Amino acid sequence: MGKVKFISGDDAFAEGIRLARPQVVSAYPITPQTIVVERLSDMVEDQSLKSEFIHVESEHSALSCAIGASSVGARAFTATSSQGLLYMAEGLPYAAGGRFPIVMMNANRATALPWNIYGDQRDSVSQLDCGWIQVYVEDAQESLDMALMSYYIAEHPSVRVPVMVNLDGFVLTHTYEAVDIPEAKLADEFLPPYVSDNKMDLENPKNMAFSVGPADNQEFHLLHHKAMLRVADVVNEADTRFQSIFGRSHGGMVEGYRTEDAEYVLITVGSITGLAREVVDELRSQGVRAGVLKLRFLRPFPSQQIAEALVNSIEQGSAEVGSVVQAVGTLEKDISFGYEGTIYTNVNSALIKEDVHVPSYNFIGGLGGRDISKEDIRKCFSHMIGKEKDKIVWIGLGVEDDVR
Amino acid sequence: MSDRITAKNITDNEFFYGHKACAGCGGSLAVRMALKVLGERTFIALPAGCMSAVGFNFPQLCFSNNAIISTFAGTGSIITGIEAGARALGLKDYHVLGMAGDGGTADIGIQALSGAIDRNDRVIYICYDNEAYMNTGIQKSGLTPFGAKTTTTPAGKHIHGNVKNKKNMFEIVAAHGIPYAATASIAYMDDFIEKVRKASQVDGPSYIHVIAPCPTGWGIPADRTIEAAKEMVDCGLWYLAEYYDDEFHLNRDPNEFTSVSDYLKSQGRFKHLSDEDIALIEQGRDKKWEKIRAWN
Repeated sequence: MGKVKFISGDDAFAEGIRLARPQVVSAYPITPQTIVVERLSDMVEDQSLKSEFIHVESEHSALSCAIGASSVGARAFTATSSQGLLYMAEGLPYAAGGRFPIVMMNANRATALPWNIYGDQRDSVSQLDCGWIQVYVEDAQESLDMALMSYYIAEHPSVRVPVMVNLDGFVLTHTYEAVDIPEAKLADEFLPPYVSDNKMDLENPKNMAFSVGPADNQEFHLLHHKAMLRVADVVNEADTRFQSIFGRSHGGMVEGYRTEDAEYVLITVGSITGLAREVVDELRSQGVRAGVLKLRFLRPFPSQQIAEALVNSIEQGSAEVGSVVQAVGTLEKDISFGYEGTIYTNVNSALIKEDVHVPSYNFIGGLGGRDISKEDIRKCFSHMIGKEKDKIVWIGLGVEDDVR
Repeated sequence: MSDRITAKNITDNEFFYGHKACAGCGGSLAVRMALKVLGERTFIALPAGCMSAVGFNFPQLCFSNNAIISTFAGTGSIITGIEAGARALGLKDYHVLGMAGDGGTADIGIQALSGAIDRNDRVIYICYDNEAYMNTGIQKSGLTPFGAKTTTTPAGKHIHGNVKNKKNMFEIVAAHGIPYAATASIAYMDDFIEKVRKASQVDGPSYIHVIAPCPTGWGIPADRTIEAAKEMVDCGLWYLAEYYDDEFHLNRDPNEFTSVSDYLKSQGRFKHLSDEDIALIEQGRDKKWEKIRAWN
């Protein structure tokens, strides 16, 4: 129905933004996000995107500008990565607490020091508590589709929370794939114009972004939290609507692969999932009941959906209840120094809350763009199968991990 | 000149009312009067600082026009966003105003202000200068004058208060080639009002730097705010000027200055200054006036 183009993840995201028609775009270039900013300027120049393109002088201003635009009721877009995300960090809880439904693309990149421009997820994972919805996409098509879908979720009357869409740096932002670009007419059918009364209005003046003291402060946060808890339903609604219009689906909060009867499940985030699926297929051909569970969202955290995916495999297995899933591993490009991977911490909390009691391992890898190989992923599974003592394991190290 | 706003024809409407500012606050007077000139179709953004602290305490919200607190460093960029959003939505007949203190303007917010001027946004930016970080309790800012005692530039045996001169924000802003910039004082209210009116008619960015004393921080009685703001101009430590069409214009050139020493000694923050310190301040004033008199 649309047009197929051979483009990068960044290009695909920009195509999605063109279809979403933001009225204000403010972004500061940073590798590996830069292409998005360049494409959007081209689109504004050739008038295929009717948007105010604002040349901000920093990421802090990029987000402050987007907040300003949203505060008068305009649809706003920004994009960043790594140091840029950290530089605008003050604005993240500001935008979320103000319930400004801004969409931001973040190219996942390592954070300095040491300096490194390649991909890992330490930038966005460090901002899990800032109140934004966080989604991680796997390929260029999902990048385009989530650009559009994120506005639907962010602006949904029962949500009104900004969305950060994360693309793995270089692996996704700079890798070319065939991408279906939907017709603008269909995109308009999917995404209605932004209408809100959470704005300053010349006919009905408002004071916004105010102070709230101890007497009322907690209630504002509770409202925000409740809105986050409604996101899972809205994601499903958005995906169903997307499928009915475009004939494509990306699923809900999580996506399982061969988890129905799996004994060993590897939890992944982002672009590494494809390789993990290949390893699962190999292991299955060798008689190992392996599976992959991709977390599409880290905020809100899909606790229940993780438990359901694992409990399903328990119930559908041939053995007695509770004996099918032998171990769960969380593979992540993040480390919270002095503890463990933060996604692992979240997964473990989910398992305990949902009464799923299985050995849980953490595989830390891919930091600073280090390649995660098939062999590395095979080792993750053999570690789980061998019920090894070490729960937290760094994979793909160039040196022996002999520091105790 | 017929549309000049005066004490006789200025609106009785109040847009900044019921706030918690201290008695004699100069900054709140600057905000109040600027909004009277610009009117109800004004979007005002104020960063962290006294005015947002006293005006936006839910549920007591004190602006009857549209108002928002900006990020501390982001006054310049949030007004860009408001203006871009309003333009994109096709709104008509409105003003976008940023009002920040000396810290929000000359220190933490100078980057975003520079960006807004560089982008040629149709925004008005007013710096209400009370010469220190007053909201956090009188610490040195980039606009604290030489010799002033603050809680981070104590006056002792070894150091006599602040050892640096004020940053020259007016000329820093003018150096961007801004369409309109001006200096003002809340004691010369007709001049300030007229400058706000002029700024509102500029098709691009405009900047006004208004001196607005803080009795608490300056060590003066609450009923001496206006006098102090007037003496600062009359003794030559501040000046009333404009920049437009790529040129500076001095608006007020007194034949004779009042006493610098009297101005300083009437304020607690300068009480410790020696005769040598005061002589140094006078020399600085004379050097400055040699330069600015050459503008005309």
